[in-house]
Amino acid sequence: MAFETRLEQLTAHHAAELVRRGEISSVELTRATLERIAALDDTIHAYLTVTAERALAQARDADARRAHLRRVGETPPPLLGVPMTIKDVISTQGVTTTAGSRILENFAPVYDAAVIEKLHAAGAHLIGKTNPDEFAMGSSTENSAFGVTRNPWDLERVPGGSSGGSAAAMAADEGIFALGTDTGGSVRQPASFTNTVGLRPSYGRVSRWGVIAFASSLDQVGPMTKDVRDAALILQCIAGSDARDSTTVDSPVPNYVEALGQATEPSLQGLRVGVPREYFIAGLAPQVETALRAALTHLETLGAEIHTVQLPHTQYALPTYYLLAPAEASANLARYDSVKYGLRVDAPGDVWDVMRATRGRGFGAEVKRRIMLGAYALSAGYYDAYYLKAQKVRTLIKQDFDNAFAQVDVLVSATTPTPAFRIGEKTDDPLQMYLADIFTLAQPLAGIPALCLPCGFSDGLPIGLQIMARAFDETTMLRVAYAYEQTTDWHTRKPDLSRAAI
Amino acid sequence: MSLTREQAAHIAELAKLELSDAEIERLARQLSDILAYAEMLNQLDTTAIAPTASVIPNQNIMRADTLAPSLPRASVLQNAPDTDANREFLRVRAILDE
Repeated sequence: MAFETRLEQLTAHHAAELVRRGEISSVELTRATLERIAALDDTIHAYLTVTAERALAQARDADARRAHLRRVGETPPPLLGVPMTIKDVISTQGVTTTAGSRILENFAPVYDAAVIEKLHAAGAHLIGKTNPDEFAMGSSTENSAFGVTRNPWDLERVPGGSSGGSAAAMAADEGIFALGTDTGGSVRQPASFTNTVGLRPSYGRVSRWGVIAFASSLDQVGPMTKDVRDAALILQCIAGSDARDSTTVDSPVPNYVEALGQATEPSLQGLRVGVPREYFIAGLAPQVETALRAALTHLETLGAEIHTVQLPHTQYALPTYYLLAPAEASANLARYDSVKYGLRVDAPGDVWDVMRATRGRGFGAEVKRRIMLGAYALSAGYYDAYYLKAQKVRTLIKQDFDNAFAQVDVLVSATTPTPAFRIGEKTDDPLQMYLADIFTLAQPLAGIPALCLPCGFSDGLPIGLQIMARAFDETTMLRVAYAYEQTTDWHTRKPDLSRAAI
Repeated sequence: MSLTREQAAHIAELAKLELSDAEIERLARQLSDILAYAEMLNQLDTTAIAPTASVIPNQNIMRADTLAPSLPRASVLQNAPDTDANREFLRVRAILDE
């Protein structure tokens, strides 16, 4: 059929609808996406693994299944025939899952993560695994052991991190929809840098069974998509409790897609939007602040009331996060012991020498830094001063949000203080790199959901708007995001990659 | 708070990380910077504040005490760096003396 949009540019909800109606086949959709990856990914390097043959075989199965369901008069599942792009910290059965680390370079999981099972049940099939910072530790994807990913908007800049590969794939149309993981902003910050949508669900909303652990009290899986409707649709498919992850909360999953409301003439009448004063820091780039203020004005024209609120412990989120997350990481990464799976370096000596050598050579610089920092914060004599102190401040940070959400329905801020930075710009100074996450650390500490969507540009680089909501109130967050998106056109802009294609 | 080379080497041993002298040197410096930044938390009086380990109310989640198959042995050993010839066991260097 004649089609104005190239197939790889489609969103998941649109692609699924076209497949459902028989206007395109899953094979056509999958092939177009694979061709796009083949043309661009030598330059962008969003993917570590592309499962081309398997994806086409599963696309053929999806087409056969659609034909069968049509014959018997049954409705196909919501993502039938749509390829999915998965961050390489999420286990995929039989498909290499590296977490961006040498220590897992040849690791092929023996089971699928719960979110993969759920997306399979929704009819989607895997097309490839994307580059992350090693063990999802980083803000630029430069910490991957397998090379940097480039930002499709400016190939000299980072796509953000740690889900930089998934974000770059969405921005470059090297995929239809993606999953990332977010511990301290790893879904939202790369979305902000690439003009895409990234949603971090409430802690406990999505099962982490089969997701390679970084910091277990903070990690969540989230959709990374080309629009807000897809974020709602994918969240719908992956949300829910799971007996295999005791940190999931047994709370009914609302119909997120239905909750989006009207696409035409959306209204936010009566909605109270809070703007945290503490998020206007000295390092906030003027063009980011301008875009944020314009977005607030826009929400006001849609009927929202804008209120200034206070989150007085905001500045403490960064040190709190960088004590708690590394502490949890140092415990989680103890499992890479050269015994059960992963790398083994056959150093001379005893089993401990082998273990030390394996971990010393298998982990990259940032992972070692965090293991060291975490082990120190947990060690005898320092536990109270660092780890316990940070857990107490976490309580204060959570109380800030509880107080704010007693006054307003959502909070709105910039996602990052600046647009995407240059590759190599911050790699020598870990603290500067950590500051890139300054607006995205407090929400995981409080367990609340947050979403980033496009809201402007600064010298050709995307700017993201962050919307936060009460724990388990993704519906309000999505409704605000959808109303904003449907009355602006930032999300429709695409990077010019005509010179990047081979 | 500044971290000495000796402290850094001690932490590396706790974490079972083989590090070069240059890495120890660099990590001692970088960790000192990060810990100095974290000193900011001491501006807050938290004596009356309870710590938060988890933000969700879940406690002591139990499952039914029923038998269910676990992963087949071949799957468990599939990613092992070394096994015995019959692929029945993980193999490591001797842990105990004779």
